[in-house]
Amino acid sequence: MKRALVLLFLLFSIALAQNITITYWQYEFRSKVEAINELIRRFEAQNPGIKVVHQTFPYDAFQQKVAAAIPAGQGPDVVNLYYGWAPTWVKAGYLVPLPDDWIQRLDRDFVAMAQAAKVGGKLYGVPTAVRSLALFYNKDLFRQAGIATPPKTWEEFIGIGQKLTVKQGGRFAQIGYGIAPDGQDHHLVREVLVRQFGGKPYSDDGKRVLYQNEAGLKALSFYTDWVRKHEIGVPGFFPGNNGYRDGFIAGRIAMIVDGSFAIGTIQQGARFNFGVAELPLERAGGRKANFGSFWMHGLTPLATGPKREAALKFLAFITSEETQRYWLEKVGELPASKNLIRDPKLSLHPIYGPFVLSLAYAKATPFVDEAAQRKVMVDAINRVLLQGMDPAQSLRIAAEEEQRILDQFWR
Amino acid sequence: MRLTLAQREALWAFVFLAVPLAFFLYFRILPAFQALWLSLYEWHADPAQRRFVGLEHYVRLLEDPLLRRALWNTLLYTLLGVPGQIVLGLIIALLLQRTPLGRDLFRAIYFAPYVTPAVAVAWVWSWMLSPHFGLVNELLALLGIPPQPFLQSPSQALPTVTWVVVWQNLGFQVVLFLAGLESIPRQYYEAARIDGAEGWKLFRHITWPLLNPVLVFSVVIGTIGYLQLFTQVVNLNFTDQGGPLNSTLTLALYIYQLAFLRFQLGYAAAVTVLLFALILLITLVQLRLLTRRVEV
Repeated sequence: MKRALVLLFLLFSIALAQNITITYWQYEFRSKVEAINELIRRFEAQNPGIKVVHQTFPYDAFQQKVAAAIPAGQGPDVVNLYYGWAPTWVKAGYLVPLPDDWIQRLDRDFVAMAQAAKVGGKLYGVPTAVRSLALFYNKDLFRQAGIATPPKTWEEFIGIGQKLTVKQGGRFAQIGYGIAPDGQDHHLVREVLVRQFGGKPYSDDGKRVLYQNEAGLKALSFYTDWVRKHEIGVPGFFPGNNGYRDGFIAGRIAMIVDGSFAIGTIQQGARFNFGVAELPLERAGGRKANFGSFWMHGLTPLATGPKREAALKFLAFITSEETQRYWLEKVGELPASKNLIRDPKLSLHPIYGPFVLSLAYAKATPFVDEAAQRKVMVDAINRVLLQGMDPAQSLRIAAEEEQRILDQFWR
Repeated sequence: MRLTLAQREALWAFVFLAVPLAFFLYFRILPAFQALWLSLYEWHADPAQRRFVGLEHYVRLLEDPLLRRALWNTLLYTLLGVPGQIVLGLIIALLLQRTPLGRDLFRAIYFAPYVTPAVAVAWVWSWMLSPHFGLVNELLALLGIPPQPFLQSPSQALPTVTWVVVWQNLGFQVVLFLAGLESIPRQYYEAARIDGAEGWKLFRHITWPLLNPVLVFSVVIGTIGYLQLFTQVVNLNFTDQGGPLNSTLTLALYIYQLAFLRFQLGYAAAVTVLLFALILLITLVQLRLLTRRVEV
């Protein structure tokens, strides 16, 4: 009897040792949830003995859940996060660095912007997919106004915008450009316009703000003039979250700058023909710039011992080229691998193409405190648009505020 | 040891009270003290790595311009919102009390916003207040007033948010006052009328003093509500929460942003302690100033 019990216990321990359960967390987005469920099924089939539990939370509650769960030891082993959150998460002890061979893999196989997954020289996550910005335009409105092609330069962009803006009394009925400082436009000013005008938003190590110069001032003045001088748009034209996108989908906004993540929503919603173009340039042949961003999968301090090995295996699986191909098909997000985006089928695609071409030169802002830094730029724009402040003064305030945030992080 | 009946009853009462009390202590009181402790540390997911920083976070409180703004806004919300909803609530309750017809229907109508989810309320109001498509500006245009930016203006956003909150709380306030009015004995009015009192005098000398308990309750609960204002502010400007330009930022929202968007839980805890102290102080002062014994 006793011997049987010991045997049973041994068998049980072996079974336990072979059955490692790891937990994966992401926020709720239907196609992503379905994709991960399918990927887990495939992963478990290839790796008997590892079980992956997939848990999701509404986007608004996601960081809050992570903040509370990991210190309590109840959270994920592998977690999905926006790259810009990584520094704050690392500083607060929510992520652990990946082994060194992962750094080589990232440097070798992934698009340049994925470098933003490093904090202080260590790697804290790997993306499956990446995103960039492009110009969405309403082809039907363009045709009605006799405009054949999307704008190549900002000058053309303003001209088209003016043609397609309809103002009645003090109120707009249609606008040429869906201006949205708190949408994607703060990226547009910081990463696109500043660079196109010959500047650089930050020093190479990301520790110093560099946009407080002629290029930066030109970028902010130029952008805010779209509202103040050219009247091709007005902030808050459509209320609500992502009102600029809703207004475009409703056919009341002729052009918007949005990310590749918006393709699905716009495709589903728009009852007209729309086109996508690479962002306009300062002048024909001018410097190209784009803002790249991504969600990545990181490892938390809860993944220890055998769980860590299993988690790394899972991480490798969900960031493999095979998964990236599946992800593009299923979720519609651009692959993060250099190899895959070279595929001409992608770069010539009428909708994905402009985004894919932009990936080659897109840069991810080296955020250290994304929520705070985003606000700095949104406020810099709003001080000019809503309070009529001189752009130079507004830019100076922004540069000081943001430098303080950087200094506080790096001290 | 033998207990008297009264002692035994008291004992049982405590036994029954013990369950909710334990719950309350563990989930309410204990975390409050934990926040105090947390505010003295630099936050880290691993408790062993939390660094003791003493009063550093409290020093930062003193020189944080965003905190000052949030504090000032929160006080403004309270100063506009509490009197606003009490005056409007009282007027509507007095009017409803006089209409014998359809009182229940009106009461239900006024109460409906209170039970509507704040997110839905924010959504509908942000459309109604839109400068380009909104009903409110349509009405203003009829009066010859140019379109107003409301939520999009750094100077109009705070009063506009306050209005939406007042509108939402109004139903609850009306019901409170109606209950208070019902509890005033008819005889007092009849006696006063015999003595020749009418209208304003009746209100001034009977209704108002006898409503004092309801009033005190409303002021205290209303004030606490405004000091903790969060949901409406977040949802009325979802992609620039507390904006434009921090004009609608509240203390509660600032705490949320610090803790859960910026992972500075130590500093966020310090702001929480400040908010706690503020609510405690204001409530004590209110209770002291407003509560009066009424002799009729």
